[in-house]
Amino acid sequence: MAAALLAGALVMTGCARDTGAAGGGGSAGGEACATGTAPSGGAAAAPTSAAATKPDASSLKVGVAYDIGGRGDQSFNDSAYAGIEKAVADFGLAEANVKELTAAPNEPEDAAATRLRQLAADGYNPIIAVGFKYATPLAKVAAELPNTQFAIVDDNSIDLPNVTSLVFAEEQGSFLVGVAAALKSKACHIGFVGGVDVPLIQKFEAGYTQGAKAVAPNIKIESKYITPAGDFTGFQDPQKGNVVATGELDAGADVIYHAAGASGAGVFSAVKAKSTPDSPKYAIGVDSDQYLTADPAVRDVIITSMLKRVDVAVYDFIGAVASNNLGALPKIFDLKVDGVGYSTTGGQVDDIVAQLDAYKNAIINGSITVQSTK
Amino acid sequence: MSRLQTTLLPPLLAVLFAALLCSIALLISGDNPGAALAVMVTQLGAGTTAVDVINTGAVYYIAGLAVAVGFKMKLFNIGVEGQFRIAACVAAIVGGLLPLPPVLHVIVILLTGMLVGMLWALVPALLRAYRGVSEVISTIMLNAVATGVIAWLISPAAFGFVQGNNISTPPIAPTGHFPGIDLGPSGTIFGMVFVAALLGVGYWFLLGRTRFGFELTASGESPTAATAGGVEARRMVLIAMLMSGAVAGLIGLPEVLGREHAYTLVAPQGYGFTGIAIALLGRNHPAGIAVGALLWAFLDKSALALDNIGVPREIVLIMQGVIVLSVVVAYEIVRRYAMAAEQRRVAAELRAQQQPVAEGAAT
Repeated sequence: MAAALLAGALVMTGCARDTGAAGGGGSAGGEACATGTAPSGGAAAAPTSAAATKPDASSLKVGVAYDIGGRGDQSFNDSAYAGIEKAVADFGLAEANVKELTAAPNEPEDAAATRLRQLAADGYNPIIAVGFKYATPLAKVAAELPNTQFAIVDDNSIDLPNVTSLVFAEEQGSFLVGVAAALKSKACHIGFVGGVDVPLIQKFEAGYTQGAKAVAPNIKIESKYITPAGDFTGFQDPQKGNVVATGELDAGADVIYHAAGASGAGVFSAVKAKSTPDSPKYAIGVDSDQYLTADPAVRDVIITSMLKRVDVAVYDFIGAVASNNLGALPKIFDLKVDGVGYSTTGGQVDDIVAQLDAYKNAIINGSITVQSTK
Repeated sequence: MSRLQTTLLPPLLAVLFAALLCSIALLISGDNPGAALAVMVTQLGAGTTAVDVINTGAVYYIAGLAVAVGFKMKLFNIGVEGQFRIAACVAAIVGGLLPLPPVLHVIVILLTGMLVGMLWALVPALLRAYRGVSEVISTIMLNAVATGVIAWLISPAAFGFVQGNNISTPPIAPTGHFPGIDLGPSGTIFGMVFVAALLGVGYWFLLGRTRFGFELTASGESPTAATAGGVEARRMVLIAMLMSGAVAGLIGLPEVLGREHAYTLVAPQGYGFTGIAIALLGRNHPAGIAVGALLWAFLDKSALALDNIGVPREIVLIMQGVIVLSVVVAYEIVRRYAMAAEQRRVAAELRAQQQPVAEGAAT
């Protein structure tokens, strides 16, 4: 243990060292930033999402209104669909009883309202709206149709008995990948690429920054957004993602976390292009396990992904509607209920899983509180 | 052919041609064009669709007028997009911050929108009038600048206001709401629909019935001839561009004043570009633009209904594109046909006049 710490100290340059309680750093060397302050904790709490008896959803007709991009976005729309698929497999929901509609870019509010009304008029109940842009139209439509159950992903501003909010503690999952980034960075210098500079994505940045600083208080963090608020192309532009990520790599960052939807593909290719055997660069994916979904050519640089389990939330919601038990749904899908988390596919964070899980438990038991704003 | 025919025939032909082409596209993709058409018609009875067509039509009408004012002067104001967005944003902020009595509140918001739209058009107008810089380039670039400025304006550091994951400008108090016609479950017609109609009348009167309108059109047709006639073309460029910007400043306000009562992060975009297509479709004529705006809004809402029955909604984009292209072609064909017919008619009349003379000479 002491030898490992010493080895860690030898490779460390430029990082002020928080000489707190020793506990981490027990893995392979090369963790230039690690200061070994991982909290100690017990086993992870068991996820509470699984119900005792399987709900029967065979009589349900489920409507889904996706955000821009719809199915095939390799991001949160796809994640919502994965939840539906799982409900089809587990709850006996008939595939023919699922209807999906997708938002068009830059559409006015009445288009979103019409989409929800169409689903309700065709007898779909419950109806799941994916994305906070549905908040205002849903508040209107749900008030008109008190007998239809609605759920909305990423918004908790509607206070109606027939609307369920499915919101996530993105900052908690991002905190963990921030820890991973700091532990994996050799230069003690990491980066964040946000898609669009909006409050939702700022939560990812805030958690990531806090996680990295928990490991290495003086770590340097590059942080850039692809487009300003209001210009949503930042989620759909891999070229710009590539340029922004390349800029951060050139500035010296060697681990880049993106929360940029489809633009993330450009972040991965930028990291791959700059990565050499002598000075490897790493990327961290978002929303789903991107080691599995990204272009195979860039997968080896993806060390982990921050999981935002929209699929779990959608699955749990359908189960709760089928068993008429909406009250049992968590108010927020956080680490405690496995609503957010990190992926390990590819095995590149296997050496630091112990530390990551220690932080995870510290967040779950409340000894670390992650802020959702910077 | 009568003048009415030459005006009405081309757009009708264009719509029919677009419908035909889309039917073929639907058949190729394995969908039923008849069912698609039926849904497009029946959607008007469902939910708030009919009212939505009218409301969006009013927004498109204002956008079409804003572009058409520039077109009259042969100015291509692509900046209507940026002008309308920044104007709606600033007007919403002013409306949200100022406590004012009813009526006055709405008027202040409307005037703010027009003023901001005008100011955003001022820079390209000055550059064009005094430096000859193409307004196409400068207005496009200002669209991008508008996006950045709006992002700052609605950020919590400036005037923004976080609601869940959305950000909006401070909400406008009820005194600043423009009352509409509430049709219950069928929706609410924006009061701004009538303002849009008045704007159309004003456009028709100003450009068609005043000396100023004549000078503007003349300067657009031929700056040199207008200058020779004592019109200062430079001044006309400035005025046309500023008017275009002022009208553009109103485009976002039907929704801000009638429904959202704030400008939000997810506020719709692209109305300025739609306005270009609609002004082309309507041949810069206030009535033509009205028909074009309603048609466009109807097709937009159809996309939702088609999506609902599993027909790819992109068919609506194809249709809108084909209509604009074919309307241009159709006007040209009809113009040539009318001209040829006119020539034949004149030739026949001349022959008829010459005949008796020839006969007289023979005797």
